Amino acid sequence: MSITENVLGDRQRLAYIASQAADSRLNVELETEGMTLNIGPQHPATHGTLRIIARLDGEQVVWAEPSCGYMHRGYEKLAEVRTYPQVTTLINRIDWLGSFANEVPFILAAEKLMEIEAPVRAQYIRTILFELSRIANVSLFLGDLGVQLGAITPVFIAFRDREYVLNLIESATGGRFHPNFDRIGGLKDDLPAGWVDETRAVMKKLRGFCDQIEDLLFGNEIFQSRTRGIGVVPRDVALQYGLSGANLRASGVDWDLRRDHKLPMAWDKVDWKVWTHPDGDSFARCWIRLQETRESTKIVDQLLDLIPAGPVMAKVPKIIKVPEGEAWVSTENPLGEMGYYVVSRGDLGPFRVKIRSASFNNISITPWLLRGVYVPDIVTILASLYFILGDIDR
Amino acid sequence: MSTPSSTQPRITSVAEVKAALGDRLVDSFHKDDLWLRVRTDAWKASMRTLRDTLGFHYFCFLSAIDWMPSPYGRGEDDPTEPTPERDMTIRPGYAGGATRLQVFARVANPVTHVGVTVKVDVDDSAPVLESIHDVYAGANWHEREAHEMFGIKFDGHPDLRNIYLPSDFEGHPLRKDFPLLARMVKPWPGIVDVEPLPGGDEAASGEEQ
Repeated sequence: MSITENVLGDRQRLAYIASQAADSRLNVELETEGMTLNIGPQHPATHGTLRIIARLDGEQVVWAEPSCGYMHRGYEKLAEVRTYPQVTTLINRIDWLGSFANEVPFILAAEKLMEIEAPVRAQYIRTILFELSRIANVSLFLGDLGVQLGAITPVFIAFRDREYVLNLIESATGGRFHPNFDRIGGLKDDLPAGWVDETRAVMKKLRGFCDQIEDLLFGNEIFQSRTRGIGVVPRDVALQYGLSGANLRASGVDWDLRRDHKLPMAWDKVDWKVWTHPDGDSFARCWIRLQETRESTKIVDQLLDLIPAGPVMAKVPKIIKVPEGEAWVSTENPLGEMGYYVVSRGDLGPFRVKIRSASFNNISITPWLLRGVYVPDIVTILASLYFILGDIDR
Repeated sequence: MSTPSSTQPRITSVAEVKAALGDRLVDSFHKDDLWLRVRTDAWKASMRTLRDTLGFHYFCFLSAIDWMPSPYGRGEDDPTEPTPERDMTIRPGYAGGATRLQVFARVANPVTHVGVTVKVDVDDSAPVLESIHDVYAGANWHEREAHEMFGIKFDGHPDLRNIYLPSDFEGHPLRKDFPLLARMVKPWPGIVDVEPLPGGDEAASGEEQ
């Protein structure tokens, strides 16, 4: 009973008792004693404050349940008392590693309701900054991946090279982490002088970074044996749980919103590839992300050549009132499908905003996925699913 | 870049959905996306049909809407003045609705990449709906979230614990009649001239506007 009181909150008690009953049946057979392992809320593998409670039988997980909510900020409620331009400040902080990418679907949803479109130059710059946020976000994942497996070097390389990308984002938008640069009808500003050449040089460096990570990690025997065949998510399960982004493509679903949705962005103007992997294991998820970082650098490179001249802001009224209606816009964010369901009543602010964030769905699969795995694999599976706490709790 | 998938139609035809759902479909709305409203007692059966017959295998999200306008407006009332008159009529959104609370979900077809938003009315006095966690496993957590945020009970859900809020929390924060307490205890600094800056005179506080 003392375990129940100390380790588990009220909320977990029922599930715990059920799992213990299951354990006791199992333990009679195996003559081992079950134990409860609490991971987090502060744990390097959790990118924030996610707590995982796992019931173990020896080294095997019998039952696991993530406990989130340590970082719930109530953005859906707050958005109802903000004006449309004010909302971007909030939603910047959902996935804090790819902030600019959070702003885009919301702005697109508002533009859809207002039936306006950003000028072509703004669409190109948006796409470039979107891909830069992806690179900044995923490069940290690639470095962090090594740390979860005991390899320290990749994370230093990742932090060094991510810095170049953050500098680019900063010099264009003024903010390293929270640009708040996207506006209804376009962008706050044009690109600074010399930015295009600088970006080209950084993209070259980043491709070098991808090669380096591939050499250091993906070819490593320990890395392979720790990730291959571990945490397999079959295609149907991935779809049912609403996994998206690299996690879904690692299970063999060929679906990328950048390619398959019609959005007023510039992805369809350039040549790039959507990678899929048939295995659905931890290795596949990591490998897809590595390939996607490479594709992103290619997208940025091509867009830099194609970027047209012109204004970056459409003509919009100073006080923005969005006409009555409902709109759903989602984009392929670094973590997966992120979308906003915006309900407008013709007011200065939205009536209701439903934020569909990728990590919430991606992490909801863990009770299913962690059942039966071994303790050291919990960390690699969580790392390969890749979530940001702000993106779960919103 | 052109691929076979990008040439396929973006929206399922309304007729196709109508044929599959039959009289379970109450209303539909078609703009650049497709909205459906299904009968409350046929919610789970409709979702199953969408998944099995029409191939909407991908579960995107499930949530709820409270269509009542907020009695607190946008939280910008002057606390010293009497509360202004507000239009409190409940107007439903796309695809209509007869109740204040509505649950809506979005599912998509991973082959054609077509998505659809499905709405369903829930009774305001006793909001109960069938759980669809055994149709779409991902709905499990979304229903828990809708349960704590809107107070909608999902019949057949294995475990309706709170995800975000403490287990003894009272009220349902995303309902419109739940006040945003931060705005109640301290006026929003974004309103003109509510609170002069500390140490500043009137001219200084008016300057930011």
